[in-house]
Amino acid sequence: MALALAAPLALLALYSLTATTGPVLEGGASLAQYAEALGRAGYRALFWRSLGISALVTAVTVMLAYPMAYFVAFHAGRAKFAWLIALTIPFWTSYLLRVFAWKIILGYGGVINSALLSLHLISQPLGALLYNPFAVVLTLAHAWAAFAILPIYVSLEKIDRSLLEAATDLGDGPVRRFLRLTLPLSMPGVIGAAILIFVPTTGDYVTPTLVGGPDGAMIANLIAVEFERVGNWPLGAALALASMAMVGVTAALFVAAARTAARAVR
Amino acid sequence: MKSLRAYAFAYLAFLYLPVLFLPLFSFNNSHFIAFPLSGFTLEWYRQLFADDAMLHALGNSLEVGAVTALLATLLGLMAAKAVTQYRLRGVGAMLGFISLPLFIPDIVLGLSLLLLLGVIGFPLSLAGVVLGHLTLCIPFAITVLIARFEGFDRNLEEVSADLGEGPWMTFWRVSFPLILPGIAASLLLTFITSFDEFLLAYFLSGTEATLPVYIWGQLRFPERLPMVLALGALILVASVALVILAEWARNRGVEKKSIGA
Repeated sequence: MALALAAPLALLALYSLTATTGPVLEGGASLAQYAEALGRAGYRALFWRSLGISALVTAVTVMLAYPMAYFVAFHAGRAKFAWLIALTIPFWTSYLLRVFAWKIILGYGGVINSALLSLHLISQPLGALLYNPFAVVLTLAHAWAAFAILPIYVSLEKIDRSLLEAATDLGDGPVRRFLRLTLPLSMPGVIGAAILIFVPTTGDYVTPTLVGGPDGAMIANLIAVEFERVGNWPLGAALALASMAMVGVTAALFVAAARTAARAVR
Repeated sequence: MKSLRAYAFAYLAFLYLPVLFLPLFSFNNSHFIAFPLSGFTLEWYRQLFADDAMLHALGNSLEVGAVTALLATLLGLMAAKAVTQYRLRGVGAMLGFISLPLFIPDIVLGLSLLLLLGVIGFPLSLAGVVLGHLTLCIPFAITVLIARFEGFDRNLEEVSADLGEGPWMTFWRVSFPLILPGIAASLLLTFITSFDEFLLAYFLSGTEATLPVYIWGQLRFPERLPMVLALGALILVASVALVILAEWARNRGVEKKSIGA
């Protein structure tokens, strides 16, 4: 089973090391594709934008989800299970359609614009809602919400309630108690959620294609173009592996930083 | 904590509202997806069921989903049993590597599989899609099944052996009923994952479209959008029904277990 995964990745690496530009493997090993992938300013900008958008998506999603998970873990009472089901049901529908829903909401003749027009709140459709990085961030934050709620909820649920009582008995107010106890103890869930969202969203293809427009394009769009339209498979492979490496390094740095920060608070 | 509760309901609205626009506009009597609503119609549903390409893609997706779910659960069952029953060397590293697809962007996974199929001469087909979906679904199956295997009392199997049942009958009459809810959950999870998956199918399916690939193709044609919304609404209803069914099955399993133990 492990081989089934190693083989395609190894092949991708092999392709990225060829000097020719067609879909055929030939010639000796070279780093020419990596020089091209990392050297061009346009490509570099796309790498940075992908990382930036994903980092923003991760931050927004986790921050929006935290109070929600906190509510379910500590204040939902007997309805806890019902809340969890209610929060996960939207994620069982097609990813493609969840993303597409935002396209019809934000579009020029879409739900928001037509609603505002028919309420006479605006006289002309707002053109700036769709096809920009903001639309990508909003759509991804919606599409990946469950991946933030569930891990954070699990880590909050695991916290020993007697610790919280002890903190109150020893004179900590609710805010101090949250900052010194609840937040650090729930950090594993926050870090897990962040990684679960950051890594796949950097390589997301559907969302930037449907709602991103030229300003919201991400690295996956470029990779797909190299493979499909241009037919430059080696460059596409180099871009794919370079983006994976970048995401891996960023994620590792983030985990290290978050762990240090959590330790410092305590 | 009133404000926290209010936030929770607002968040729920944020999750649900965008999705609920799909069924709303699927009944709207207009090609334009915009307010004000112009009237009720079932025309888009009629068109949908008259669309042979859609029905064909739906059949493909059901086929790929069923085969993927069965294979992933079977392989997951063997892996989970091996991991929980025997102390294998390097299990941790192995499990880490198997769950790697969760951390690889789909586009990288899809393209590397595309290269692999090309090199070994495997034709782009629904079978290729199943292979791709297996790499995604096996980690899910293993995770769900390991949790279930760890949750049941090993002594029950020993008791069965002491009472004279062979290993096969012990598995069939003791272990299998106990892990059945886990198997059902794994089948469901892997089926939905495969049924919904777009990008791998887009690269690997060749000329045969799965339902998401078909939908992707339709999104370019504005006049086809109301029909796509009708399809989305139906997928929504079917998914919710499946999830509720799965929860019901899972709870039944829990009750049975407590009576048995």
